Amino acid sequence: MSFGPKPWHQTNWDFRAAFNFMFGSAGAGLLVVVAFSGVAGGALQAEILLGMALIGAGLISVWFEIGRPLRAMNVGFNPFTSWMTRESFAAGLVFALGLAAVWLASQPLAQAVALAALVFAYCQGRILQGAKGIPAWRVPALTWLIFTTALAEGAGLFVALTALFDTPARGALGYFSLALIARALAWSIYRSGAAKITVPAALAALDRSGKILIQFGTLAPLALLLVGWFAPEVARIVVLLAGIAALATGWQFKFVLITRAAYNQGFALPRLPVRGTR
Amino acid sequence: MTRWAMVADLRRCVGCQTCTASCKQANATPPDVQWRRVLDMEVGEYPEVKRVFVPVGCMHCEDPPCMHVCPSTATKKRPDGIVTIDYDLCIGCSYCAVACPYQARYKTDRASFAYGKATAQETQAFDPKRLAVATKCTFCVDRIDAGLAKGLTPGIDPEATPACVNSCITQTLSFGDVEDPNSNVSQLLAENQTFRMHEELGTGPGFYYIWDKKDREEVL
Ligand code: SF4
Ligand code: SF4
Repeated sequence: MSFGPKPWHQTNWDFRAAFNFMFGSAGAGLLVVVAFSGVAGGALQAEILLGMALIGAGLISVWFEIGRPLRAMNVGFNPFTSWMTRESFAAGLVFALGLAAVWLASQPLAQAVALAALVFAYCQGRILQGAKGIPAWRVPALTWLIFTTALAEGAGLFVALTALFDTPARGALGYFSLALIARALAWSIYRSGAAKITVPAALAALDRSGKILIQFGTLAPLALLLVGWFAPEVARIVVLLAGIAALATGWQFKFVLITRAAYNQGFALPRLPVRGTR
Repeated sequence: MTRWAMVADLRRCVGCQTCTASCKQANATPPDVQWRRVLDMEVGEYPEVKRVFVPVGCMHCEDPPCMHVCPSTATKKRPDGIVTIDYDLCIGCSYCAVACPYQARYKTDRASFAYGKATAQETQAFDPKRLAVATKCTFCVDRIDAGLAKGLTPGIDPEATPACVNSCITQTLSFGDVEDPNSNVSQLLAENQTFRMHEELGTGPGFYYIWDKKDREEVL
């Protein structure tokens, strides 16, 4: 083993874990926005199914990473302290309520799904924050960054999907804009916390990714929405682009967070041994 | 109450890695897995350079983050402070590994042996339960329990003491009950200046590092 005292990148969670955070939060965010967007009937059913499929894809991806997949049900044994257990419970609730909402095409049930999805997104943030061995993850503000990325990605996905068929409603676009701003604010708070405890290599990776999140994932989509506001003839295409940009940049950020910025704590000696004379 | 803990005297360690080898032999860990590791640290800038050998491993934390995050309850803490893993419950999610600030946990997905094919000793010691689950230093809990059952004292009687401590050629490593004021480790802590690693994280490691003696007045 040549691992030295300096922090090195964790090798325990790879892209499969990253996919859980990418797909899971986009799915959860979509379930939230679709429940309160006024969408009904077949569109409501399809979008709830898509949201659940994304969460399911994330969980399947992480299932491929665990060492003992046949024991996966043991994940539910520690709701008292483990946010991973709580995430699995929230996911179960999303699927149970979601299937009922699809079956009945029920908006009140869709709103219940949205609440479970919000809990799911929060749990994902807490999972990362609970990983005390990875300074870039244990920053308390990361929970809210993960939570707001879910809202922004879900809203981006929703407006992009809507723009394929119709001009999205102003309310949905307003919500999308607010989610983008919230995500950018959460990033800046998180970044100042991360700067205090992460090693330079981790911070450099975060900064590169954060720059993309702000420039292409916040400013560009907001500018595109403005263009759509003043030029309704191109509204659908610019909203589509804005939605895709919000989603893609959120995903790239989480991919980097898990697979590039996750340096461990390393080892440190606050004192050196005194040998011989003092 | 009993709280088993390890004390490493950094002034004594010569980096011989005998403890590492002894742990590997006693616990039959596969290649690349070192439950007891000794870091070779070079600190400072020329000409003010110091070389320090630092034994590390699971610190058997008082408030172990690995246990709190574990979704399967495979990781538990015993009343005597030893943090254990139930290989039959563990799902191998590695959440504990990213939660541990001491890089103490391992997961080996496939069987591997030092020379490719298993030696007779490796074949005998191979435990398929340890594949694809989290593993780490156990403080040789089986030796402790068996020794206690025979009325022996861990840290004093070799049969009841972790293998790394028994093997240490410089008596860098000591093991004992820090809750007992008369124990070997309590004496060492009373007479010397110590620190615990990453103490600011609030994990309460059960692994103390001696870096200097205390002044006479402080001891009295
Ligand atoms: S050192 Fe790591 S593995 Fe050991 S008890 Fe502490 S957190 Fe858990
Ligand atoms: S790898 Fe095993 S011991 Fe570690 S958190 Fe997962 S289930 Fe618990």
